[in-house]
Amino acid sequence: MKSLAELQQLRDQISQQVVLRKDREDGIRVVVGMATCGIAAGARPVMSAFLNEVSKRKLSDVTVTQTGCIGMCRLEPIVEIYMPGEEKVTYVKMNEEKVARIVAEHIINKKPVAEYTVGAVQE
Amino acid sequence: MNIYRSHVLICGGTGCTSSGSNKIHEEFDKLLAEKGLENEVKVVQTGCFGLCALGPIVVVYPEGAFYSLVKVEDVSEIVEEHLLKGRIVDRLLYREDEKSNEVKPLNEVTFYKKQMRIALRNCGVINPEDINEAIGVDAYQALGKVLTEMTPEQVIETILDSGLRGRGGAGFPTGLKWKFAAASKNDQKYVCCNADEGDPGAFMDRSVLEGDPHTVIEAMAIAGYAIGANQGYIYIRAEYPIAVRRLQIAIDQAKEYGLLGKGIFGTNFDFNLEIRLGAGAFVCGEETALMNSIEGNRGEPRPRPPFPAVKGLFAKPTILNNVETYANIPVIINKGVDWFKGIGTEKSKGTKVFALGGKIQNTGLVEVPMGTTLREIVEEIGGGCPNGKKFKAAQTGGPSGGCIPASLIDTEIDYDSLMSIGSMMGSGGLIVMDEDNCMVDIAKFFLEFTVDESCGKCVPCRVGTKRLLEMLEKITSGKATMEDLDKLEELCYVIKESALCGLGQTAPNPVLSTLQYFKDEYVAHVKDKVCPAGVCKALVNYHIDPEKCKGCSLCSRKCPANAITGEIKSPFVIDTDKCLKCGVCMEACKFDAIYKK
Repeated sequence: MKSLAELQQLRDQISQQVVLRKDREDGIRVVVGMATCGIAAGARPVMSAFLNEVSKRKLSDVTVTQTGCIGMCRLEPIVEIYMPGEEKVTYVKMNEEKVARIVAEHIINKKPVAEYTVGAVQE
Repeated sequence: MNIYRSHVLICGGTGCTSSGSNKIHEEFDKLLAEKGLENEVKVVQTGCFGLCALGPIVVVYPEGAFYSLVKVEDVSEIVEEHLLKGRIVDRLLYREDEKSNEVKPLNEVTFYKKQMRIALRNCGVINPEDINEAIGVDAYQALGKVLTEMTPEQVIETILDSGLRGRGGAGFPTGLKWKFAAASKNDQKYVCCNADEGDPGAFMDRSVLEGDPHTVIEAMAIAGYAIGANQGYIYIRAEYPIAVRRLQIAIDQAKEYGLLGKGIFGTNFDFNLEIRLGAGAFVCGEETALMNSIEGNRGEPRPRPPFPAVKGLFAKPTILNNVETYANIPVIINKGVDWFKGIGTEKSKGTKVFALGGKIQNTGLVEVPMGTTLREIVEEIGGGCPNGKKFKAAQTGGPSGGCIPASLIDTEIDYDSLMSIGSMMGSGGLIVMDEDNCMVDIAKFFLEFTVDESCGKCVPCRVGTKRLLEMLEKITSGKATMEDLDKLEELCYVIKESALCGLGQTAPNPVLSTLQYFKDEYVAHVKDKVCPAGVCKALVNYHIDPEKCKGCSLCSRKCPANAITGEIKSPFVIDTDKCLKCGVCMEACKFDAIYKK
């Protein structure tokens, strides 16, 4: 540690991890369905992909968490994204490629990827 | 860097460690690895959460699920249900009211709602054995700011202006202490930290060192820069093994990162830190005795002046501050004087950590703004006395302090208000007493402690406290006269005025304050030969109420002295000559037929 700038850089890097331990109500929540059906359909790589994207892009206000089965097992892996003040968006039949696009378009640019949502699939 | 989706924080304070939290940690590591979750879920050992009565404590984020009284057997359920399937394990969640069964978010729970954590800000948040986590919550930022943007004078001015007062007990303005030491000209100066914490029932300093050791290291370096010292010593008692170990780890890591040592942050400021272990003598918490002990001499106080700021450790100018005082410094530098001054009362700024103990529901560590009333601490945060007993008094300041009676429960607690009612802040031990405590007995307890801990150097303390104790023993055994009470009080004042150091000067305080507020209890012991609370054995006899006794013979079978006789189905009788007054019969009786009088 040679300089204060170096310390601040390290601080910013780590605070991204530790921020998870703050009780907060704002921020974006990515919830991955991880019941047996979800895991069998490949939810775990999807969750890892989200974690990687969040880490790579230093998105400090995003938490990735998991939940149980929401009943549409045939459409797993399912991911729901909660943005403060917005309706939740449900993405279905997720895979790792879709994750990158959702993070870029939905989480960062606030435009949900309509074609991956449950509405698009069911029509 | 790996980002984890969930963090499992396990309390590694002394309280939770002794109830087995490290076994829980191992179990989590094992089960997470079995489930292949070790790259998604991070397990972190932290410092104290404060709710020691309900340990071991495990908190899972991002949900903020607060699990209390966790057992090793529960871990598999938390891993299986919560971490794998995302379902919070409801039955293990902390509930403040068992009847309503309601689970509240942590910051709305009464225990935490009124608290404001400054000194304890990182306890229960970070892993104290990992400097990276400390840096992630702003550790060493204040040191960087001080070294690159401020002059030593500005640092002292800031601390002076903040109104921070010593958290070790006496409440001396910290900035003033630094100013005096800075003004002393010398080629070598020292910065010391008092982590001796000898008051019975106080454990806030231990918890800060266990939960956030880097804040103390950082603050000591800041102090070193302010007064012109390049060497620091932390004097800590050897009975705090976890704190000592974590502190040593923290010092080593800080050295490795170049945050201690030569040319910190590329400036020409050098600072080194060493630990000195104390053997647990109470007198070594007194500043001159502490310095003697660091030097390798007998831990005995010496007269002041000269004050340590002029002639301290190794006869060089020295400042000595308490752990909690240091823990406030980096925050004051980071957040500014105005922020700090906005908290607390007119003459006592900031917060104070109290170790709640005795007859209280939520035993543990709480930090509240100065000026919080005793009622808020005892009844709201502390949850009141257990078993619906009536609050009688609170003892603050340990053996140097005094009792606050129930009639003064609305006192706003700060340095000056406590002083004005005959107690003192002390290091922050707060022992709660209910109607079953005898105040004379309490005074006796503290005197026994000071008699034991007196170093023996000066006569008023060595002989005086011994005589005080003997008088108290005479009172509790029912042999004292009213003249003895007058003598007792007189001796108290003599010791206060003539003892060499703080230990002796404050030793009579527990007697004086109980005399002030509970004189009737003393008089009852002396005149009526009774102990109103039924504590003092010599004045209490056990009896069986023949109306209530069913003649079951249980008490008679339990009695170790065979003092209870009678025939089945008719009332039994206690032979008071044989009775040892152990109380076993009273506990055993299912009909509440045994009473003390």
